[in-house]
Amino acid sequence: MSRSGIIQFILFFVYVFAQVLVLRNLVLFNSAFCFLYIAFILLLPIELNSLVLMLIGFVLGFTIDIFYDSMGLHALATVLVSYLRNSWLATITPQGGYDSNSSATVMANGLQWFLVYSLPLVFLHHFVLFFVEASGFALFWYTMLKIVASLMFTMTTIILLQYLSPQRRRL
Amino acid sequence: MERLLNFIYEYRAFFTFLLLELSCAWLVIENNQYQSTKYFNSSNRLAANILGFSQGVREYFSLRTINEELSYENAALRTQLEKKNQQIQGITDSARLNQFEYVSAKVMSNSTNLYKNFITVNKGAADGITPGMAAISDAGAVGKVKSVSEHYAVLISLLNVDEQVSSVIKRTNQFGSVRWDGLNMRYSNLLFIPRHAEPMVGDSVVTSGYNAVFPEGVLVGIIRAVNLKEETPFWDIRIELSQDFGRLAFVEIVKSRLKSEKDSLERITIGDPK
Repeated sequence: MSRSGIIQFILFFVYVFAQVLVLRNLVLFNSAFCFLYIAFILLLPIELNSLVLMLIGFVLGFTIDIFYDSMGLHALATVLVSYLRNSWLATITPQGGYDSNSSATVMANGLQWFLVYSLPLVFLHHFVLFFVEASGFALFWYTMLKIVASLMFTMTTIILLQYLSPQRRRL
Repeated sequence: MERLLNFIYEYRAFFTFLLLELSCAWLVIENNQYQSTKYFNSSNRLAANILGFSQGVREYFSLRTINEELSYENAALRTQLEKKNQQIQGITDSARLNQFEYVSAKVMSNSTNLYKNFITVNKGAADGITPGMAAISDAGAVGKVKSVSEHYAVLISLLNVDEQVSSVIKRTNQFGSVRWDGLNMRYSNLLFIPRHAEPMVGDSVVTSGYNAVFPEGVLVGIIRAVNLKEETPFWDIRIELSQDFGRLAFVEIVKSRLKSEKDSLERITIGDPK
């Protein structure tokens, strides 16, 4: 396993523990959740094969599910995001393309580009997550409120962490 | 055949995606079905230990309230004991007398703001707990056991849109079901109370004992609002849950000794449950 592979492996556990020990207990106004773990999928190297990406997404989602007692729910949403990530990256390639071996971070491509990249994917993740959990559209507006509140919370955390990360490359 | 294989290979990402999503969907649907013994949830030892650590840190900040609650519970238990002592005279059937046995368990993890909330506690199969048992606290009903491992159990909380508890309005003896609507963790709804009943604000709602899971007469909540629409056959009744799930620290799991006897009798006369 290469050096960056080992770092990713450790980061996987950092994200899972942060999610399960801290963010699981941190719900603002009873409706804003922070699902930071999705940032792990968003920030994996750009060239990563989408098959591998989906498998990682599945394992990550499934691990989170164990702690949330929600078999398959987080895995479902995370696999969907992992599947769409690479095509979405290809669609919004900035002029001159991506640097080789880089990740899709704020530092590499700018804040505006990062918002275009991550907002739709995180929204999709939250959308699937909350509506599958509510098993239907019965509580449509209340669920939408939860989705938007959580989207803002998650996005703020993801972006803040990127500015705070020590190597200014990736967390 | 070769073209088929080529086709599958070309779209391998999509097919893997389908396969993974279908297995996730299967897991979600299967998990919605009630009662099972599963390994991949927070009742497995590693997950429960990690959650227990997190709960332990949180508990330091609420030691005062937990102490208060425990002393209230002590007082309540003492009065109950006194009452039981007085009832005992007269009953000779010892199976009836010891119909329910209580196992006290500590809450390892608890959520209140999802649509389907679960509670993990630190007692499991080793203490004789099996799926389907009831969980109560000194304040009132808490939920049912969903799955167990050797030393831990996952309870399906009353704050779960899939959970229904057969209940009765104490004053009028009208039967209904309590089911949460997913909105506010302090309030739940009492369904299927027919038009001719006369529920009033302030009535207490207790478990009915029809299902033999909960002991009869465990407080579920107090009616806070009643409303009768023109066209519906049932009342809209909003109840305030007697247990504040935000501060749950200890629960008691209820083992019903007569449940299997009641179930098998009903199976002989009525047939298998659907």
